[in-house]
Amino acid sequence: MIDFHFNGEPHSLAGLPADISVLELLRLRLGATGTKEGCASGDCGACTVAIGEPDGHGGLRYHNANACILPAHQLKGRHLVTVEGLARGDALHPAQAAMVDCHASQCGFCTPGIVMSLFTLYEASSHESGGQTATLAPYSQARLEAALGGNLCRCTGYRPIRDAAQAMLAYPADQHRPTWTDNQQLSDQVAASHQEDPADDGHYHRPNHLAELFALRRDHPSARLVAGATDLWLERTQQLKELPELIDLCNLAELQVLEEHDQGLHIGAAVTYARLEPVFETHFPAFARLLHRFASSQIRHRATLGGNVANASPIGDGPPVLLALDASLLLESPEGAREMPAQDFFLDYRQTALGAQEVLREIRLPWLTEGRQLKVWKLSKRREDDISAVLGAFSWQLEDGRLRDVRLAFGGMAAIPARARGAETALEGQPPSEAAFAAAKQALDDDFQPLSDVRGSSAYRRLAAANLLERLRLKIVTDTSQGANTPNTPAMEVMLDAYAD
Amino acid sequence: MRTLTKLSAASAAPDRAGEEYAGDTKGVDAKRLDKKAAQRHESAIKHVTGQAAYIDDLPAPANALHIAIGLSPLAHGRLERLDLDPVRAMPGVVDVISFHDVPGHTDIGPVFHGDPIFVENEISYAGQCLFAVAADSHDAARRAAKAAIIEIDEQPASLDPVAATEKNDLVRPTHVQQSGDWQQSLSNARHVVSGEQFIGGQEHFYLEGQACLVTPSEDEGVVVHTSNQHPSETQKLVAEVLGIPFHAVTVEVRRMGGGFGGKETQASPWACIAALIARRTQRPARLRLSRGDDMRLTGKRHPFHSRYRLGVDDDGVIQGGDMTLIGDCGYSPDLSEAIVDRAMFHADNAYSLGAARVTGHRARTHTASNTAFRGFGGPQGMMLIEQAMDDIAHRLGEDPLTIRKRNLYRHGRETTHYGQEVEQLDLLHSLIGQLESSSDYWARRAEISAYNARSPIIRRGLALTPVKFGISFTAKHLNQAGALLHVYTDGSVMINHGGTEMGQGLHTKVCQVVARELGLELSCVSISATRTDKVPNTSPTAASSGADLNGQAARDAALKLRERLFAFALETLWPQAGLKLGDLQLKGGMLMAGSGEGKYRIAWGELVQAAYIGRVSLSAQGFYSTPLIHYDREAAKGRPFYYFAYGAAVSEVAVDTLSGEYQVTRVDILHDVGDSLNPAIDIGQIEGGFIQGMGWLTSEELKWNDAGRLLSDGPATYKIPAFGDLPATFNVELLEGHPNSQASIYRSKAVGEPPFMLAISVWSALRNALASLAPDGQCPRLDTPATPERVLMAIAAMQDHGDKGPAGHPREDDAHVQA
Ligand SMILES: Cc1cc2nc3c(=O)[nH]c(=O)nc-3n(C[C@H](O)[C@H](O)[C@H](O)COP(=O)(O)OP(=O)(O)OC[C@H]3O[C@@H](n4cnc5c(N)ncnc54)[C@H](O)[C@@H]3O)c2cc1C
Ligand code: FES
Ligand code: FES
Repeated sequence: MIDFHFNGEPHSLAGLPADISVLELLRLRLGATGTKEGCASGDCGACTVAIGEPDGHGGLRYHNANACILPAHQLKGRHLVTVEGLARGDALHPAQAAMVDCHASQCGFCTPGIVMSLFTLYEASSHESGGQTATLAPYSQARLEAALGGNLCRCTGYRPIRDAAQAMLAYPADQHRPTWTDNQQLSDQVAASHQEDPADDGHYHRPNHLAELFALRRDHPSARLVAGATDLWLERTQQLKELPELIDLCNLAELQVLEEHDQGLHIGAAVTYARLEPVFETHFPAFARLLHRFASSQIRHRATLGGNVANASPIGDGPPVLLALDASLLLESPEGAREMPAQDFFLDYRQTALGAQEVLREIRLPWLTEGRQLKVWKLSKRREDDISAVLGAFSWQLEDGRLRDVRLAFGGMAAIPARARGAETALEGQPPSEAAFAAAKQALDDDFQPLSDVRGSSAYRRLAAANLLERLRLKIVTDTSQGANTPNTPAMEVMLDAYAD
Repeated sequence: MRTLTKLSAASAAPDRAGEEYAGDTKGVDAKRLDKKAAQRHESAIKHVTGQAAYIDDLPAPANALHIAIGLSPLAHGRLERLDLDPVRAMPGVVDVISFHDVPGHTDIGPVFHGDPIFVENEISYAGQCLFAVAADSHDAARRAAKAAIIEIDEQPASLDPVAATEKNDLVRPTHVQQSGDWQQSLSNARHVVSGEQFIGGQEHFYLEGQACLVTPSEDEGVVVHTSNQHPSETQKLVAEVLGIPFHAVTVEVRRMGGGFGGKETQASPWACIAALIARRTQRPARLRLSRGDDMRLTGKRHPFHSRYRLGVDDDGVIQGGDMTLIGDCGYSPDLSEAIVDRAMFHADNAYSLGAARVTGHRARTHTASNTAFRGFGGPQGMMLIEQAMDDIAHRLGEDPLTIRKRNLYRHGRETTHYGQEVEQLDLLHSLIGQLESSSDYWARRAEISAYNARSPIIRRGLALTPVKFGISFTAKHLNQAGALLHVYTDGSVMINHGGTEMGQGLHTKVCQVVARELGLELSCVSISATRTDKVPNTSPTAASSGADLNGQAARDAALKLRERLFAFALETLWPQAGLKLGDLQLKGGMLMAGSGEGKYRIAWGELVQAAYIGRVSLSAQGFYSTPLIHYDREAAKGRPFYYFAYGAAVSEVAVDTLSGEYQVTRVDILHDVGDSLNPAIDIGQIEGGFIQGMGWLTSEELKWNDAGRLLSDGPATYKIPAFGDLPATFNVELLEGHPNSQASIYRSKAVGEPPFMLAISVWSALRNALASLAPDGQCPRLDTPATPERVLMAIAAMQDHGDKGPAGHPREDDAHVQA
């Protein structure tokens, strides 16, 4: 049984297959066709809906999500809001009214998804301002990109959408927000539907503790594990595989921890990237900056760091950062837990050290000690919502003008995320000189034999990776010589603003 | 009546002084737009509330079937065996059809033959349609389609259009346009400049994929709902495939979730297949291509390989020369004859070529049949001459803008290489002059040069490029349109016309035309859907012609109706008043005549009632055909275009020369739409066209493997511009004070395609930034799309040339190895 709320109304559905998506549920079973399919792969945003979750303070917090790759069973205990649910009779929600007045729809096919992303942005702003939206400052470019980067529009070129986003806050909110916003009990009801009947959803299982998980896996050995589903569900929509039996990891208390320990940050494998962002902003700003270019808001609110690691794609963005940070992974099976360095986890193309009974439980990031630096640079065809052709994650320490404990990790250069051992050796103990980096670039050429594929040729990958080392040298040099600059000579620009770390 | 939030964007916008404010846009200050004309899109409220229905949203009876296509896995070969029994045995399957199940025509080529509905023997591209399966769900059909046993005697695929041209493997004969003695002009020239380029194709990526719903009707016919730019052609093809008369087929299009040319010819096959299934099973049949199938099955913008040799004088003024364009047409002609023609018609862009020869080849390759896409070959033609402008400027050490201005069509040099006189020369020159100053071109040029001199890693570039785009179908017979106007007895008005709505605002504009002629509020005029049983034998909504043609046809209908009402008023309503026809006026919802004592007034609703009672027909047909145009293909001379639309853009970029990443930081556009029918819609077309053009030239990369299989087959690998690609500063203005010199609808100009080519300024600015790294006199070659990879490899090629690679290691020669 899935108990959830849909545009303010309670719903209860039984007998759904494990692998039905929210988009299929809406369009095929609930007859709500306002939410569109443009790709069924999480890339276009036409299917964007808003998901309301209890915020822990008696209210609901909304995020946007791609209905096409969202398991319907994950609606349990949530409030699903779609484009049909926003207007109050004929009175449009500010997000809708601003879109109309700014001429921000042409063919209109992307529009429901854009409206839903604007709605979540509006609700978040309203939440932040205590309802005083009109007094808010205009959005920054970064905030708008974070909100709208996952919504493609082929017609408008986005300018009117940008204007609508800025304009919507000034519209009157009273009587222009959905009637369900008047329901004071909605958040309690939503929270309650989460508690009810923990038991059986047929072939979709939702264990709360690891012990339950291990029991379920014993009883259902062919069941697949699912966290945010942002990788797994593509097997369903792109390869048309059936996923008849699923075990959802998102409710496992052990996989939801996010704890600051003396040695470092412990991240439960099912913690989403969206939840990590503020923590990274404080402790690993370069990692946080990468997240601005990691997929889209829709994906970051579902995707987990654990899924990114377990999926073991050679072009996943998280793993090289873990290598550069010398992170470790906690794996657990019914036999017990073991901790291993992240770099030992990736064995070969999409093969990991994870045993048949094991799950990834935690990712542990050691703190950046005094003087330790981290840079993460992603190269892709498009700045937003694209998969890396090459990603470099570099960490080092400068002691008495010499590089120490240098870790250079790359994605996209080999069958697994990997460190460039030769290049690291070339730099270890050296000053950040042109000569040392020339040697490192030379060594890098032997470290990797990258492939040519749709995202880039082998030659490009080699050159780009080497140039990232050059960028690193320039960064170290300009950063250390900063302050020495007289105010009149502008510092040399090493990177473009929009890509700046 | 709806109560809407009546706030204009301008008055609602918060104070924009905040430093962090994202974006700076002067172009659309709502206050500047003529409020009456800047009507919102007729479906805007339906769009934002999710009520606008697209094909897959239409309710169908529970017994409707879902169809999936079986695609060829290989690019070229003979189909030796196609065993569909395993498909039939899959769960939920109801019907499976292939070549021999087609009762009527099996060739559905739109203009020329060559497009089989299903493969009979020869496979011509990877992804070609082999069979179709109908099942009781979309997923069941797609899964079943994978079960076929396919055996192919594979043959090598021809994937290189240049090699194909050399072997004379063409889908249509080569065409040549020539003016004067081009050889002489080359041999006499002070300087000969030459260059070549590869221009990549482009996937339409309409957000709504190809889709249709076909319902069997009585009398052996079908009703086809389709996302489609050319309902009449689909009607014809469906009828021919079924072997039934055209009148048994009704095609309806309410709206498309984007078309861009991709649904001009390539929406028909799916309607034909669904019609076959619907007739065979007597059940409604839906066909909606998944994104991947859509990208594999359908054709794209033509990639071009082009080269030029031009003779110029010491001032960089072109004396003449030779230009060769090779369009990669894919496996069949489709619309390639006209597309390569249009590339040739635009090989001059806004410049006089002098004594020149322009040759266009239509190469055959084993890929999907490339097709119409916004600009229809025009963009590819312009790219070559714009490359030449930059090359000439660098060769002579002049600013590219100076060279461009010297070469513009001008008095004494106003005839194109195909013999058409270019009108509105003053407009062209003043448009560029205005933009030059409003964008502060020269001051920025100086600032950028100084910046580049002190910045080793980041380099900036600036470019102004013009657009002159010919308006009319080059196939003369298509330049006609019809409309059907009904007035009902409550006074409400219904207009139908042959054009289709794909987001471009055509229906809004046509309703505005009718409302204006009848003196009514826009809300009194409604449009239902485009239907072949309302307006027959229509042309595709293409060539930017939608409003020009259908607006005129609708106006014609409205004028006829108005005449009848006027006659009725004179004869029946006010016979004693001594009024003349010229005294009557429809305005503000009234028919009025005279003034003071002799003042006559009747409200529209009463007038209509009276006319009905008086047995006056309240339905009128309108028709239009464009005057003046002709083109003699034998002589390669004529006036193919009724008029030209103009525009220009200045783009600035910043390039990271270590990574190849770049940003478009500022864009200024000034564009000519004559007297705008609807400035809000026109600005939307300009901005949207520009960003789409920028995607074509920058991030949108189509890649095939060596065997001809498309690798970039979804949005995960094919990257259209996203929100953050919108330039931070984007100033878009409509040129004021230049009504169309031809009698187009209210002296407006077509706006669908021309702005697409404004984006060439982005590519030119990228080359400009790279040229700052090149030895004097050179401007590096930069094929497109200019992805960060291509930019980086272009830089590396220059540095290798200077013998000092930045990375200092050997590299493979080919920068664009296909995986
Ligand atoms: C549009 C789009 C854009 C994307 N962009 C990026 C990007 O920019 N960068 C990037 O790196 N990735 C990107 N991804 C990929 C994906 O979002 C990430 O890899 C994400 O972190 C996966 O997490 P998830 O929770 O969704 O994994 P799921 O899909 O739920 O799981 C992935 C795999 O890991 C297994 N698994 C999950 N958790 C565990 C666990 N705790 N223990 C054992 N096995 C487990 C699952 O069984 C499954 O096989 C993108 C995906 C999409 C659809
Ligand atoms: S349909 Fe494209 S993201 Fe879901
Ligand atoms: S309005 Fe057509 S895709 Fe956005």
